[in-house]
Amino acid sequence: MRIEEDLSCAELVELVTEYFEGGLPDRDRERFEEHIVFCSGCENYLDQMRTTIDVVGSLTEDDLAPAVADELLAAFRGWKAGQ
Amino acid sequence: MTTETKIEAEPYESSAEDRRIVAALREGDERTFVELVDRLGPSMLRVALLFVRTRAVAEEVVQDAWLGVLSGIGRFEGRSSLKTWIFRILTNTAKTRSEREGRSVPFSSLAGDDDEAGGPTVDADRFQADDHRWANHWTSSPRRFDALPESKLLSAETMGIVQRAVQLLPEAQRVVLTMRDIAGFGSEEVCEALGLTEVNQRVLLHRARAKVRAALEGYFEGESA
Repeated sequence: MRIEEDLSCAELVELVTEYFEGGLPDRDRERFEEHIVFCSGCENYLDQMRTTIDVVGSLTEDDLAPAVADELLAAFRGWKAGQ
Repeated sequence: MTTETKIEAEPYESSAEDRRIVAALREGDERTFVELVDRLGPSMLRVALLFVRTRAVAEEVVQDAWLGVLSGIGRFEGRSSLKTWIFRILTNTAKTRSEREGRSVPFSSLAGDDDEAGGPTVDADRFQADDHRWANHWTSSPRRFDALPESKLLSAETMGIVQRAVQLLPEAQRVVLTMRDIAGFGSEEVCEALGLTEVNQRVLLHRARAKVRAALEGYFEGESA
């Protein structure tokens, strides 16, 4: 992603994931971080994205039904015996 | 909680832990197998559910994938992490199954399928117009979510909003978001499993997160209005 000298808020919001992933080239990362220091709107946006990721991450995972685990174990024993 | 940055450019070197598990499985060590199933099973089920309709079918897919893992473990060469390898087997199994059910188109074609491929992820009217002195800067600042009490942030109602927002995502975005932010996979693992390029994967993830964020913002703003 190429960034002009002055990074606008509209541009910055599209770079947030790349920033989190550590994918921005050094120079662009510096511009991004400089912008955040002076722009509370973007700082807040960044916080919203972080919080969103955390909340999404707290959606619960279903557990495998115990019956499946038992069948798998039986399959494992069968596999072992046939090796 | 996965906000930390990840850089995964190093060539893969299999971990001592992976080597231990593979060796134990090859020797038929039951406990190792059960532990692995316990550890990866829930994420596998979740990913399988992205490809097939019902939970029962997803459980069969997971089970078939484990059988694939057992029959292939002798040939596992450690060129990727064990987890990545297992999930590649899982997604292949799931894709085959969903094609057989006549449901699915190939994932790579879904990835390019999003209507809004290049559009902005935040409403244009949130920013000052081009002719304004502060062109493309916020008209009004977004409000921090972390100022909200945790009881609000993680309330059943909020989780319902998030769940619905995730369900409404275009399929490719939903799959990538689920694998990355719910099941906790790294970008490389997701690219491997789904046959996506790094850039593709990141764009899908970004669009997905931005939509869930917008849903949350809309909900919180509506509450406080």
